[in-house]
Amino acid sequence: MGNSIEVKDLTLNFGSVSVLKNMNLDVAEGEFVVLLGPSGCGKSTLLNCLAGLLDITDGQIWIKGKNVTWAEPSERGIGMVFQSYALYPQMTVRGNLSFGLKNAKVPQPEIDKRIARAAEILQIQPLLDRKPAALSGGQRQRVAIGRALVRDVDVFLFDEPLSNLDAKLRSELRVEIKRLHNALGNTMVYVTHDQIEALTLADRIAVMKGGVIQQLSDPQTIYNKPSNLFVAGFIGSPSMNFLHGKTVDSGKTFVFGDHRISLAGYDGGAVLERDQAILGVRPEHITVSHEAPAGPSIPAVVEIDEHLGADGLLWLKAGAKDICVRVPVEGRLPAGTKVHLAMDIAKASLFDAKTEQRI
Amino acid sequence: MATSGRPARLLHNLNAKIAAIPMVLTTLVIFVGGTIWTVFYSFTNSKLLPKTNFVGLDQYERLWSNSRWVVSIENLAFFGVMSLIFTVSVGFLLAVLMDQKIRFEDTFRTIMLYPFALSFIVTGLVWQWILNPDFGIQGIVRSWGWESFAFDPLHNPDTVLYGLLIAGLWQGTGFVMCLMLAGLRGIDEDIWKAARVDGIPTWKTYLIVVVPMMRPVFVTTLVIVAAGIIKLYDLVVAMTSGGPGGNASQVPAMYVYDYMFQAQNLGQGFAASTMMLLSVLIVLIPWAYLEFGGKKHG
Amino acid sequence: MAEGSMAMSGPRGAKPKKSLSGRNIMLYGTLIVVSLYYILPLWVMIMTSLKGMPEVRLGNIFAPPVEITFEPWVKAWATACTGLNCDGLSRGFWNSVIITVPSVILSIIIASVNGYALINWKFKGSDIFFTILIFGSFIPYQIMLYPIVILLREMGIYGTLWGLIIVHTIFGMPILTLLFRNYFSSIPEELFKAARVDGAGFWGIYLRIMLPMSLPIFVVALILQVTGIWNDFLFGVVYTKPDLYPMTVQLNNIVNSVQGVKEYNVNMAATLLTGLVPLVVYFVSGKLFVRGIAAGAVKG
Repeated sequence: MGNSIEVKDLTLNFGSVSVLKNMNLDVAEGEFVVLLGPSGCGKSTLLNCLAGLLDITDGQIWIKGKNVTWAEPSERGIGMVFQSYALYPQMTVRGNLSFGLKNAKVPQPEIDKRIARAAEILQIQPLLDRKPAALSGGQRQRVAIGRALVRDVDVFLFDEPLSNLDAKLRSELRVEIKRLHNALGNTMVYVTHDQIEALTLADRIAVMKGGVIQQLSDPQTIYNKPSNLFVAGFIGSPSMNFLHGKTVDSGKTFVFGDHRISLAGYDGGAVLERDQAILGVRPEHITVSHEAPAGPSIPAVVEIDEHLGADGLLWLKAGAKDICVRVPVEGRLPAGTKVHLAMDIAKASLFDAKTEQRI
Repeated sequence: MATSGRPARLLHNLNAKIAAIPMVLTTLVIFVGGTIWTVFYSFTNSKLLPKTNFVGLDQYERLWSNSRWVVSIENLAFFGVMSLIFTVSVGFLLAVLMDQKIRFEDTFRTIMLYPFALSFIVTGLVWQWILNPDFGIQGIVRSWGWESFAFDPLHNPDTVLYGLLIAGLWQGTGFVMCLMLAGLRGIDEDIWKAARVDGIPTWKTYLIVVVPMMRPVFVTTLVIVAAGIIKLYDLVVAMTSGGPGGNASQVPAMYVYDYMFQAQNLGQGFAASTMMLLSVLIVLIPWAYLEFGGKKHG
Repeated sequence: MAEGSMAMSGPRGAKPKKSLSGRNIMLYGTLIVVSLYYILPLWVMIMTSLKGMPEVRLGNIFAPPVEITFEPWVKAWATACTGLNCDGLSRGFWNSVIITVPSVILSIIIASVNGYALINWKFKGSDIFFTILIFGSFIPYQIMLYPIVILLREMGIYGTLWGLIIVHTIFGMPILTLLFRNYFSSIPEELFKAARVDGAGFWGIYLRIMLPMSLPIFVVALILQVTGIWNDFLFGVVYTKPDLYPMTVQLNNIVNSVQGVKEYNVNMAATLLTGLVPLVVYFVSGKLFVRGIAAGAVKG
């Protein structure tokens, strides 16, 4: 099974500003890859380059074994869905779906067949004769996806398609898109700044920052073993707790302030002795107890406790450091309580403070 | 400004009302009052001074049986339609060209728009000079050898309106181009992207997708240009003084001025200006109904 | 997953752009030809005004002068005859200045205060008056010409420059009020409310909050009014007497009503001089001018 998309050494400069730097990315056939990152990281730019809407400065783009670096968007075998839907406002839904096909001189029976198929998959049959203004946001987005569907292509590109919808619609359509991917099996590249969408939809996530892919992995790996400090802090809500300290004893112990935490069971590379290290632990991997537990722990004082419905969050202070811990509803404690925090080192991540890489 | 008890309705918001006095006065006295006054007196037989000797529709009968008036209406209609068609289409095409991400956009725009900053008198006089049969274009082409070349629109009653059109277009298209360009730039960029992904060529996208989306801009432009055409006066005064032959390029505004202030026939002037008002209303009221009708004023 | 056969073959990097492509030639070619149409009259005006009359009669209007002379300019300014007086356009120029400056100042002050009142201090009927004002701006001036004559006569200022100033102020109100009203409506209401909570009143808020924030729109209004009033012809001719005529009226008289020998170079110099002020305003204000006319288009 070959790759559906191959990006080789892609570089894009706007004048003297380097937007994408030497990118390499392979997307397998049928894979759902999400480009995730904060504003300005280059994810939409990369998508537009894949689509052929932006000319690149250096590198190559291959789609389904063809070099499409200089090809027009319509020749690349892609369909695209935009954040603002971009439906042609003066045409009916049927018109929107058939406009591109008619222009490509596809015979009418074939057009009708494709529209019927797309309408069925997306459940938009009753909308075919309406104009976009008469549709709700969710319906418009379905039609936008339909426009890509009828193109009969292998690769779908999504540019933040759910960002214009309210929270409830967003989660509904998110599930729809996953259903669509399961049913159709097309290759999909999806841009978003919302990590929930990324974690739920992706086969693999490319976390981007500053025009560079920070980590390219499946969601589990990205969540459990973030490759650097940025990815660790970006993924996960509430975000990972970072304790600044150093490693001693040939890397067997982490020193945080006056406290020592054993690094036995750490799942990573050679820790060694580093005089600047950061221990990252997620809120759900810390246990709270009133007495000092058997294993390594640090003392802390409860500052704020938040009730989230299904569970709760405790915000504590260990020395000068703020730490967040996820607790079951019964585990919530009033402010001022003195507790001990035990960390699950097997699930933690240790970072070298200078290189910001995970050890 | 502390007040005890409920202030009188009239004194409420007093400062704002005082500030708005000029606007209120203007609307009531000048716009509404002045218009009604003129329409009223158009039913009289006033000559040098307004008098209240009513003659019913007499002035209007005389108006429409006056060939000068009829010619002026025909001229305005012809000029108006041609002007609308050409300024809007040329302006739109120029805007499309300017929309192509060209270099030197500011320079081109400055060049196309500067005529709009000039008075119609200036425009009319300079084009009168360029169209001068002895020294202008006709003279030059003849001096190059084509002895029988004829290009003297202003001295021929059949073509004088074309001469006016050349000057009018020169002044007005830059303005329309700016309006259209602003409209084009307001089109969501994602629509362009979607059309590119669909493989639609640029010219087709303009024609089938963009132009329908720009309907409001076209309507606004039409209304503004039309409103300006009705008032056509300065340009004619400068270029042709209404001639050749005294009447060929006559326009309603000129008729009004000549009868009101020169021929000492106020009644005719009032009747003519009332007709001008009617023609504006005929255009405005349907448009206002289209734009605002159906929506209740909240 | 052998990649060997696909490695680095075929197109790479930036798409080659041919700057001399057919499309570009047509595009820039058309724009250049169109630009010539627009520049031509300006060129002709300048060229003719710098030639002596013998050269004008001989040559063609597009050719630059063989001998440059500024005499036509001097004549146009100082000695051209307009029927009654023979002191050139200088008279008209100063008339236009005296007409334009107060008209611009007055109309802008009134309209800005009006626009401000309409947005922030609405009172009963204010919107109705505003709608009538706007509709009024579409009414042909001709129908209000004579009633205004009567009004000015009663006030004793018919035929004086002040009469004309009042007329320009009146007719500038609709579009300027619309301009200011739209601009002030885009200023967040919270600022206004905070100022009221602080105790400021109608004039206080106008002077201390609205004005300082409105420099751009004042400039746009200034440009609109200066060009509009300077270029006016109809009101000038109706509401003033010959020795008080603004420059545009004088210009027309110099060129069109002179019998006998026509001095085309003086005519063109005079035309250029009359167009100079709005042209300078236009070139100096650049992008703001475009905003100004776009604002003028936001009617209804």
